[in-house]
Amino acid sequence: MRTAISELDLRSASSLTEALAILRDEARTPIAGATDVYVALNFGTLKPKRFLDIWALDELRSISLSGDTLVIGSLTTYTSLIQSPIVGERLPMLVEASRLVGGVQIQNRGTIGGNVANASPAGDALPVLAAADAVIVVRSDAGERRVPITQFYTGYRATVMTPDELIVAVEIAPVEGKQWFRKVGTRAAQAISKVVVAGVRAPMPRIAFGSIAPTVVRVPETERALGDGATIDDAEGVLAREIAPIDDIRSTAEYRRRVSMNLLRRFWAETG
Amino acid sequence: MSAVGNSVARKDGIGKATGAARYADDITFPGMLHGRTIRSTIPCGRIRSVRLDFDTTGFTVVDHRDVPARNAVDLIAQDQPFLVEQEIRHMAEPILLLAHENRERLYAVPVEVEYDEGEPLFDPEKSQQVFKTIDIVKGDTSSALADAELVVEGTYRTGHQEHVYIEPNGVIAVPEDGGIAIYGSVQCPFYVIKALRCLLGDAHPNVRVIQTETGGGFGGKEEYPSMIAGHAVMLALKSGRPVKIIYDRAEDMVATTKRHPAIVRHRTGVTRAGRIVAMDVDVLMDGGAYVTLSPTVLSRGCIHAAGPYRCDNVHIHGRTVFTNTPPNGAFRGFGAPQTEFAVEVHIDRIAEALGMDAVELRRRNALRPGDTTATGQTLRDDCSALMVLEEAVRRTDFDRKREEYKGSNRSVGLSLFYHGAGFTGAGERNLKSKARLELTAGGVRIAVGSTEIGQGTRTMHAQIVTDALGIPYEDVEVAQPDTSRVADSGPTVASRTCMVVGKILEECAHEMRDRLGGLSPAEYHSRHGPLTVERMYEPPDWIEWDDALYRGDAYATYGWGCDVAEVELDPDTFEVRPIRLTAVQEFGRPIHPALARGQIEGGTAQGLGYALLERVVMHNGAMANGQLTNYTIPTTLDTPEIDVVMMENPYPGGPFGAKGLGELPMDGPAPAVVNALRQLGFDVREIPATPELLSAGSRLG
Repeated sequence: MRTAISELDLRSASSLTEALAILRDEARTPIAGATDVYVALNFGTLKPKRFLDIWALDELRSISLSGDTLVIGSLTTYTSLIQSPIVGERLPMLVEASRLVGGVQIQNRGTIGGNVANASPAGDALPVLAAADAVIVVRSDAGERRVPITQFYTGYRATVMTPDELIVAVEIAPVEGKQWFRKVGTRAAQAISKVVVAGVRAPMPRIAFGSIAPTVVRVPETERALGDGATIDDAEGVLAREIAPIDDIRSTAEYRRRVSMNLLRRFWAETG
Repeated sequence: MSAVGNSVARKDGIGKATGAARYADDITFPGMLHGRTIRSTIPCGRIRSVRLDFDTTGFTVVDHRDVPARNAVDLIAQDQPFLVEQEIRHMAEPILLLAHENRERLYAVPVEVEYDEGEPLFDPEKSQQVFKTIDIVKGDTSSALADAELVVEGTYRTGHQEHVYIEPNGVIAVPEDGGIAIYGSVQCPFYVIKALRCLLGDAHPNVRVIQTETGGGFGGKEEYPSMIAGHAVMLALKSGRPVKIIYDRAEDMVATTKRHPAIVRHRTGVTRAGRIVAMDVDVLMDGGAYVTLSPTVLSRGCIHAAGPYRCDNVHIHGRTVFTNTPPNGAFRGFGAPQTEFAVEVHIDRIAEALGMDAVELRRRNALRPGDTTATGQTLRDDCSALMVLEEAVRRTDFDRKREEYKGSNRSVGLSLFYHGAGFTGAGERNLKSKARLELTAGGVRIAVGSTEIGQGTRTMHAQIVTDALGIPYEDVEVAQPDTSRVADSGPTVASRTCMVVGKILEECAHEMRDRLGGLSPAEYHSRHGPLTVERMYEPPDWIEWDDALYRGDAYATYGWGCDVAEVELDPDTFEVRPIRLTAVQEFGRPIHPALARGQIEGGTAQGLGYALLERVVMHNGAMANGQLTNYTIPTTLDTPEIDVVMMENPYPGGPFGAKGLGELPMDGPAPAVVNALRQLGFDVREIPATPELLSAGSRLG
């Protein structure tokens, strides 16, 4: 049964300053595209009752370069990412991932900041950000801090953020090497990932997986093996030992392990 | 221009395209309450106590003690209660009903049910409680098997399937002068009447059911609406106010019926030359916790279990059994998709064992006019098995593709299938369906209980009447089914709405034409006033059926189909992408080619979902993935180009030669896909053939 709407308390902010002031004084869950909120609301599993709508904060919508670093505002939608020439040039794997998130309606409303904040292990943009060594910029009324995405998640649906903080941007330094992305969903479109992987073929490769652990994960041992010149057969073995996927209603641990290994091999073959 | 055979404008098209069509949840009545169903949260046990820990002012509360007459949904048996008295047999079983004018308040209040839990039974193979057993015996199967040059055995499994009609179940019960009216999303308004008569007894004689615009059914609104209607009626009677019960998707998926899971075992004897000499088939269907329609689903499944093949010695043994799961029910195909999957995958395995081409094996054994089926029915000239097979093979260049794709990640697979139209055996004779035509000031009105559920009933019936009466299509209107105002034309199921009800309407139109005596409807009406013609269905006089022995003419006619699935495998992820599906189907004659094509495309897509994607995950006897995010039906990207070929071989007993079509397309896609997977080295014996199944399964050498 659906969550009772009349019990929900929604405020909206018209500037970042106002939003941070509200979050300083009140416990509210920020919402932007609300694409994940609506799913929980429809199933009656929505726990928060108090929300802060930040959709109007246009200052968080820019895509720009700061020096050599790509800075993507947290309210940038998947559609904007798909359409952005600068993202297409510097981070094509993010464009690929964005195209496979939900349908067009979701891509028009869903934001990269929301994907990071929602902290789902199946978030499609997260392996891309992890493989790109992205930095999450969070701000509160008291100041700003930068957290590498590899240190951002502390467990299943848990992050280092404090309740008064807002994600304002994602920063990505230039990515050297070929980029590669693959989503394996429950069907060809409008699907939740069973395995999702992003890879960067650099001298020290960077590889990240989603949907195979409580959070998005990098696979440092596999990366090191490949960086040290191990064969792909050996690297597959390292990966098999390094990951510990589980059974759930969408897939099985065994399938996820095997497909992760196959995709590692495919990544290596296609970027070599 | 005749209406029949042309894709005229749908009678319901403008309303649906503009949003003017009103579905159950669009309709409100003054003073209306909303209803909520409190359901069991265990699969097996007894209720110890039910506690309402809230102020019940403003609430209407109904439990089994409020049942006016009989606490039983009147289907084949009367074993399923509207509301549990003590014994819980499955998850999400209705226990208590609440109504309140505020939906949020209604859902916010807590109801605590305490149970004494029992040990649930989920494995149909371990069930000792058999709802129905069927044996179809032809010739001497055991001797023929003993003498056969080769015997091939196999066990095949099919899973649950959820209907996923776009509009979930919902009804509104409205007290009215001297009775009660039920508005709802239903396939069979007169089934609801029957169920309510049993629930209410003689004290409430004036009950009528009005079908609201219905967003799909696929069998899922055949029997379950009787349950919901009973709930709404009890709440309405107790409160004296209209009560609406609309299920959301999650409740609809967890509580209502699904396709029966089946386990089918085959032992088939063949000669080295590829002649099938003996078929021994064992069919087990999981009925769930109550009988509901399981005996008839089993019946249709068993009758189709030998496939469209000639064989002198056949034994089909079927049984449907109890488990502690929500009752399984009617679903497009009604048992045949399960058994035809099994036999068609088995045929490819027999061909493999013989070292024979699977098309050639089918060619040699396919039923021809004059052959007899497993029930001993002699087929007439409207048997088209060979015709659809040859056309599908030719059109797809099947033999060349099969060779060309060897060693690649692509392959083609084929299935040959058939589907009996109308009720089984003496069913149509017993139903005594009626149809009525009423003269209006400017034309005629069709007054039947057959429902438009998206498949085109209104349009197709109007076309038949248009041409049979010889008046413009625009002058034929179709009454909204209201059981107090329309003839009981029988349920909208079993691919019978065109072939059977359409036939009665054709005869009504002929009679009316005679009675008009050359006048137009308008002329007749202005001179003589109203005129009504009502007729009853007369099945062909040659039909003979012995229900005790399961012998005789099971169906007046059959539709025939051959599907060719071309698929591509991703060897890294085990994802199977259908590239193209060729659906060659013969169903007499299409009354409305665009609607018929829609039925074939839709049924084929539903069949592809059944084959590859649609997996009901059961945890402790309840659907654990009852959400559209996790129970995945095909999107357009999962659905290949479907090449629809409609062949014609008229059935003399149908209107303008038409047979039934609705279910036929559901039977073919799953075996065609699995036979294609076999060419890729996957020895698949069950569906859905998910990537997880393929990655874990054994590979052929």
